[in-house]
Amino acid sequence: MWEQIERNRRRSRIIVTAMGMILVGVGMALGMFFSGQQQGALVGGVAALGIWLVLWLFSHSQGDDVLLRMAHARQIEKRDHPQLYNIVEEMSIAAQLPKVPRVFIVDDPSPNAFAVGRDPQKAAVAVTIGLLRLLDRDELQGVVAHEIGHIKNRDVALMTTAGIMLGAIVILADIGLRVMWYGGGSRRSRDHSGGGGGAQVILMLIAAVFLILSPILVQLIYFALSRRREYLADASGAMYTRWPEGLASALEKLGMASIPQADQSRVTAPMYIVRPLREGERRNLASAFSTHPPLEKRIQVLRGMGGNVDFQAYDRAYSKVLGDHVVGARTLAGTESIPANAPADLSAQPIPPTERLRAASDAFLAGAGYQRVPCHHCGAVLKIPKARQGRLSACPRCGASLGR
Amino acid sequence: MWWLVGLIVVLVIVAGYFVGIYNGLIRKRNETDNAWSQIDVQLKRRHDLIPNLVETVQGYAKHEKETFDAVIQARNRAVSAEGPAAAGQAEGILGAALGKLFALAEAYPDLKANQNFLALQEELSSTENRIGFARQAYNDAATRYNNAREVFPANLISGGFDRAELFEIEVDAEREVPKVQFG
Repeated sequence: MWEQIERNRRRSRIIVTAMGMILVGVGMALGMFFSGQQQGALVGGVAALGIWLVLWLFSHSQGDDVLLRMAHARQIEKRDHPQLYNIVEEMSIAAQLPKVPRVFIVDDPSPNAFAVGRDPQKAAVAVTIGLLRLLDRDELQGVVAHEIGHIKNRDVALMTTAGIMLGAIVILADIGLRVMWYGGGSRRSRDHSGGGGGAQVILMLIAAVFLILSPILVQLIYFALSRRREYLADASGAMYTRWPEGLASALEKLGMASIPQADQSRVTAPMYIVRPLREGERRNLASAFSTHPPLEKRIQVLRGMGGNVDFQAYDRAYSKVLGDHVVGARTLAGTESIPANAPADLSAQPIPPTERLRAASDAFLAGAGYQRVPCHHCGAVLKIPKARQGRLSACPRCGASLGR
Repeated sequence: MWWLVGLIVVLVIVAGYFVGIYNGLIRKRNETDNAWSQIDVQLKRRHDLIPNLVETVQGYAKHEKETFDAVIQARNRAVSAEGPAAAGQAEGILGAALGKLFALAEAYPDLKANQNFLALQEELSSTENRIGFARQAYNDAATRYNNAREVFPANLISGGFDRAELFEIEVDAEREVPKVQFG
């Protein structure tokens, strides 16, 4: 059952290793070019790994909280948004996380959610106000389950490592090509006079082609990896909720939303449930250069699970829609199927979107340190930012004294 | 001489392999035990919520004394139930009684609009979910543990590891989580 995720982790490690080899290759090509000698390749390769290590250590020392700050997320307490908090706790129970992740709200009207946490002990789940406004409880549960799936499957660590590798390759190849283009001529003629001969030129050409192709290749690998982890997080979400329809219906609603999102960080992009929309962009374009699979495919797979929620059912549905497998066939043998189970919802009374929006933005404001002051005269509730607290004596709506 | 070194190396590797399997079994068994205790935690949470709920509803629906008494009694019986079988039955009866209590709200619009009641409703449906998810997590953990101890070569050393029984729901009332539709 969960062993499949283990196996996928192994496969992902192989992919990351391949990316690392390309990185070393780029370094070697650069080293050879700069020194004009074969021995330079060794130095270049080691230097490339060194650059990657520095970037990796830097990102680790910064921790996940930088990502949350970049997205302008505010941590909330249970009393700020009991429903969201409950759902996160429920899903942590279902996924057997060692600790309930911290809960954050992002002040963005674009509906989306993401998870951070290289270590499941220090994980966090963040959702936008737009998401809370749009989804009902079952759908929200599906989205949170998908994010908990990312945490449980250790996707954050994997995608950060791969993303840094990609960044290092892009930077190195870019430097190499620029140097070749502008400063290469004189160096080459000097090598010629030294007697390097035609072999040197051919080597240079090969290095140039490699420098052009490797960033593209690595990007393709990176995006394919990201899309795969996305499908697997969907599979985990279906498994944890025992109710694939919740996530499917949420994805459907997210696909119809067209509000662009403020956070366009490439680092967090693979962790979002749907790709953050840019200004004036449409969703659902299948592309080899996308971190996320097309939404309609994800929905089709979730809805094709045929009343079961285990990974086998997901894999069967996946191969029906996409003609391929998402989990290793060897591990599918000998495990039993698990039927779907509708969630219990005592509060079946639907909450209107305006109420959900109000609850969500109130929760965000509480997380941002706002103070709620009710005016006893006109009934208005004033939400006062941290810096202005205690400096308002009268209600701005009716003018009555706020005697406290 | 060399064959002896080779033999020792092979023995160390094999021993290390079995130590790994043994530790894996221990870890999976602990996960199963943890998951089991989660169920108890969540059932207790449900018991703790009930007095609050009854008090809130009582303020609006004073004439429904029978329903309140049924809920309180079912709760007390569930709290004091001994053994899994008795506990399962008591929790089932409690679930049904809670369903009736929530159905009451239908007749009292003021109660339905009460903030406190709405908050309790969310808490209670979350608790029902948690109980369900805790059971589900236990069954998942138990299945993983059972599979791990039965496959070769783990089955050579898993004699001391008892098979974990799956959680089965036997009481009909328990299977049906109180579902309430509000107009």
